[in-house]
Amino acid sequence: MGDAMRGAHFRLSPAQKQRMLVAQERCRDAAGSVHSSAFVNVGDTIPVDYENGYLRGHGTQVVDGQLLATVCGVVERVNKLVSVRPLRARYNPETGDVVVGRVTEVAPKRWKVDVNSRQDAQLMLSAVNLPGGIQRRRTATDELNMRDLFTENDLISAEVQTLHQDGSLHLHTRSLKYGKLESGQLVKVAPYLIKRLKQHFHQLKQYGVQMILGCNGYVWISALPQSTPDIATDQKRANTESLEAAAGTADSQNVEISRELRERICRLANVVRVLGACGFLIHPDSIVDTYEASLSWGTELKHMFSGEFFVKVVEREAEQRSKKG
Amino acid sequence: MDFISPEGLRLDGRRPFELRQLHAEIGVLDNADGSATFEMGNTKVIAVVYGPREVQNRSQQQLDHALVRCEYSMATFSTGDRRRRGKGDRRGTELSLVIRQTMEAAILTNLLPRSQIDIFVQVLQADGGTRACCINAAALALADAGIPMRDLVASCSAGYLNSTPLLDLNYLEDSGGGPDLTVALFSKLDKVTLLQMDAKVPLDVFEKVMNLASEGAKAVTQFLREILMENTKKLAFAKEPLKV
Repeated sequence: MGDAMRGAHFRLSPAQKQRMLVAQERCRDAAGSVHSSAFVNVGDTIPVDYENGYLRGHGTQVVDGQLLATVCGVVERVNKLVSVRPLRARYNPETGDVVVGRVTEVAPKRWKVDVNSRQDAQLMLSAVNLPGGIQRRRTATDELNMRDLFTENDLISAEVQTLHQDGSLHLHTRSLKYGKLESGQLVKVAPYLIKRLKQHFHQLKQYGVQMILGCNGYVWISALPQSTPDIATDQKRANTESLEAAAGTADSQNVEISRELRERICRLANVVRVLGACGFLIHPDSIVDTYEASLSWGTELKHMFSGEFFVKVVEREAEQRSKKG
Repeated sequence: MDFISPEGLRLDGRRPFELRQLHAEIGVLDNADGSATFEMGNTKVIAVVYGPREVQNRSQQQLDHALVRCEYSMATFSTGDRRRRGKGDRRGTELSLVIRQTMEAAILTNLLPRSQIDIFVQVLQADGGTRACCINAAALALADAGIPMRDLVASCSAGYLNSTPLLDLNYLEDSGGGPDLTVALFSKLDKVTLLQMDAKVPLDVFEKVMNLASEGAKAVTQFLREILMENTKKLAFAKEPLKV
């Protein structure tokens, strides 16, 4: 209990507990010089330079001229802007984020999508690519056939298009990368564990697997698409070909996936779950690294949620951090 | 009945101004946005927070602030006599309302328009002071969920028995027939958000008991702060090597 593990419950023997404590301690020490002033609780005063002025950011409030934190987390200062970033919280969207979401509702001219945010996101009919051409007028027929594209409970990948003042957000899928997700696994982790990177689509060609690390903490792992649209080389050809593939007729996607491939997908998904439970950053490198480690340890798939594997992962992380430090 | 021995000790061996042992744990449930258990002596409560999320019943949606809902329940095994309380029980409804109002005052609901926050509080072991314990647990769970709040709420109860103000009554003292007062505070802002007492007492006695309960709530705040800070550090250190 209380072993900094969330999302996984497992039994640790006393010896394993001891090892876990040592490893966690090492992880902590490797974190380098700790400024305890960087962490605040709800209601704590944040020290600021009152003479030169400051800008009040998210997670703060001013009471009687004092800057107080409204969430528990880490104080961040950018020039004069002072804000507090909570660790565990709902997904805080930013324009351009890649997200994975689940359609919750088909409404007039839009889909409502659950993206682990404060509200369901909206995907307008005008923000998706319709089959048969990009620049096409949306007709009443399209509106009636919205369920052919996405229906309730479909998983999709999309990009955040705009954020609104009232906290609502609009998505778009106007790229061949985005759209319906099929034949794979969804893993949910805390959004703070996923960093915004240049790339959120990762093709692990060596395993024949593709990963989408949604900024909202939803991770999608599936087999590599059969005909990978080569966007860089031949835009036009890709446009016509994969639009047909993305047209919603699932037949083209439902290809048989071999047992080995399924196991690789499962192993990767389990790695993401374990990393998420440990509270380690989820990054393509860390995923591949832990995946390889699990293979080299000979850990079977079904044993990936054992105490032993958890302890090993934390110990390995401690090892790497102390080397860096 | 004597609630205080000649040596000045209470039935469970505490002094009149002493709190029971406090224990808290954050993040006890995985699928929730925030969760915590809080124990005051033998009273144990679990609080779970979902949200801020999409409003379930659209007619309840509010355009300028969040909708806060709270549900209080008692586990059948929480009391000495095993009793099933339905949803219609009046004590439960009243407590749900009290917790909801206290938490709503703390949450900066205007920052989360069109969304809904659900708080579920369940008593696992009841030994007096469940009201205060529920509020403390809910405050921890809300902080864990990263929901912006004015200040940390903390609550404590106090009573008056054998002409002595007593802090943090247990079940025996609670059923002793004296006045029982529950107070919830924003300690940083120095504001009272909840004050409940259903007895008639002289003003000077009230003041004594009220001061005692406030002191107790401040002590609880300190405890909550420590627990939350530890949790924040744990999460931050686990994530990646810090470059501060």
